[in-house]
Amino acid sequence: MRFTTLLKNPADWMQGHGPHSEIVMTSRIRLARNLRGWSFPGWSSEKQRVELMNKVRPVVATLPEMKDGFDEEYSNLTKTKKQVLVERHLVSREHAARSTGCAVVIDRKQTLAIMVNEEDHFRMQGIRAGLDLRTAYDLVNRVDTELENLLPYAFDLRLGYLTACPTNVGTGMRASVMLHLPALVLTEQIKQVMNAVTKIGLAVRGLYGEGTEALGNLFQVSNQHTLGETETELISRIEGVAEHIVSAENNAREKLLHESQNMLQDQVGRAYATLRFAHILNSKEALNHLSLLRLGADLDLVTECDRSLLDMLLLEIQPAHLQLAASRDLSPEERDARRAEITRHRLQSVPEPRNVSLENADDSVNTTDSDDE
Amino acid sequence: MKCDMCDAEATVFLTQIVDGKMTQVNLCDKCSKDKGVTDPTGFQLADFLLGNTTQKKSKASTTEEDSVACPECGFTRAHLKKIGRMGCPECYHTFADDLDNMLRAMHKGTRHIGKTPGKIFEIPHGELNVKKAPVLPPPKKVNLKKKLADLKAAIDKAVLEEHYEEAARLRDEMREIEKKTV
Repeated sequence: MRFTTLLKNPADWMQGHGPHSEIVMTSRIRLARNLRGWSFPGWSSEKQRVELMNKVRPVVATLPEMKDGFDEEYSNLTKTKKQVLVERHLVSREHAARSTGCAVVIDRKQTLAIMVNEEDHFRMQGIRAGLDLRTAYDLVNRVDTELENLLPYAFDLRLGYLTACPTNVGTGMRASVMLHLPALVLTEQIKQVMNAVTKIGLAVRGLYGEGTEALGNLFQVSNQHTLGETETELISRIEGVAEHIVSAENNAREKLLHESQNMLQDQVGRAYATLRFAHILNSKEALNHLSLLRLGADLDLVTECDRSLLDMLLLEIQPAHLQLAASRDLSPEERDARRAEITRHRLQSVPEPRNVSLENADDSVNTTDSDDE
Repeated sequence: MKCDMCDAEATVFLTQIVDGKMTQVNLCDKCSKDKGVTDPTGFQLADFLLGNTTQKKSKASTTEEDSVACPECGFTRAHLKKIGRMGCPECYHTFADDLDNMLRAMHKGTRHIGKTPGKIFEIPHGELNVKKAPVLPPPKKVNLKKKLADLKAAIDKAVLEEHYEEAARLRDEMREIEKKTV
C-alpha cells in the first residue's frame, strides 16, 4: 500500500464508533519485544540496526494481518510523512525522530502498527475506537504470537520480556486510553481526578505521549507498571478506571447543563464563532475550541455536527497533515492561515448553536427589571 | 510550569530513570533544543541530566565496580547508572544485582506472571557473541507442515499410479519428519 492510499483511507478507529466513544476516543495496547543476541537499538551501531531491520522487516510484512498493508523504511520517508504518522498515532514521536535502520509496518485498516528499532527492536500496537482495550489486545497479541514462532524473542522466565528500559520489562505492555474531558476541566475537577489516577499507579499524559501537554482537553491514561501483574489484570484496572472517569465526566456535563448553562453555552458559542469565522488559528487554539464544539455536539447544543467530522478535522489541521496537503513546508503563519481556512470550510454545514429559549431570556429581563425597582 | 534552565514557560516535560530514581525535567522549547533533548539518540539527554542533577555522584563513580561490562555487548555499569537502560538482553544477567532495587521501585512485583511464549529461548550466560548469534531460525513449523502436505499428495499420486515402491519411500520420509515435529 502506498502512503497516499494510507492517508485516503481513514482508519476504523477514526470513525469514532465504540463503547463510550463520546468520551473515550481510542484504546491502545503497545507491546515491546526484543530479539535475543542483539543489542538494543540505543546501544547498537547503525550497521547492526540496519542488519536487524533488513532481517526482520520481511518477516513482519508477510504476516497475514499485514497483507496489503503499508511497509516502509524511514530512510525512504520524508520528515513530514513521518510526522503525519505521528499525528495519526501510528508511530511514536521518538521513533519518527530516527531514520536509518528504522522501519514501520502498518496494516490496511490502520489498527495495527509495528515499529522496528524504536527504543526496543519491536514496538507493536493495536488501536481501537472507544473503550475497547480487550479487542486491541487480541489484535496485537495474535501478531505477537505469530512473530514469536518466527523470531527468537529475548524472554526470561523470571523477568518476562526483556526490554531496553527496565520500566517496560515483564509484559512489555502499555495499555492506554485517550479521554476527552472538557467538563471535568471546566468544572475544575480534573486535577483531583488525575491525582487519584496517579495514586493508583497509572500515568496521565498529553495528546502525543510522554512529555506532551494536555491540549484540547485530551488526556491519556496508561499503566506504569509492567512487571508483577498479568496483561489481563493491567487491562482490567485501566478499564475500570476509565469507566470511573467516564461517569465523572458525564456527571460534570450534567452539572454544567443544569447549574451553569449560560457559561456552557457561552463557551460553546465562542468556540463555534472562532472556528467558523477565524482567519488565523494556531494549533492550540484550534484544538481547544474543537474540544468545546465537540462537547456542544455531545450535549445537543450544536446540531448536525457529526463526531467523525470533528475527528477528521482534528487530524487534518495538524501541522504535518497541512504540509502534506500543501506538498511543501509551511511557515507557522502559513499553517495558521490554512488551518483556519480548512476549519471554516469543513464547518460550513454546521448551523449555529442553539440559543437560550426566549422564555428564559424573558425571565432574566424581568428579574433585572425587578432589581432596578 | 517554568523551565528548569531559564524562566520561560516549560513545554517539554521529561521523565527519566537516573540511578534507579525517577527524575523529572521541565524545559522550554529553546532550552530543550539547545540541550539536544529532542535528539533521537536520547543519550545526550542522559548526559545533560547527569550533569544537572547528579554531579556529586558522577565524580565518585569512576570506581572499578562501574567498569564492569556486559560480556555480550560491552555495556558498563556506569552506563546503566547514567541512562537507566540496558545495552542488550544479556545485560539483565550481568547487572542482576543492581536490578532488584530498580525493579522494586518501578513495578508492582519483581517476577513476571504474564504471557509466556510457547517456545522459550533461555538466554545462555555470556556465551553468545552478538555478531555471531543466529537471528532468524528458519520458520520450521510452517515449512514442515507444507512439506508433509506435499508428501501426502505425492504418496496419493504414487499409489494411484501404482508406483508402490516410490510411495513407501515417500511414506518413510514423511514418518521421519513427523517424528521430528512431535
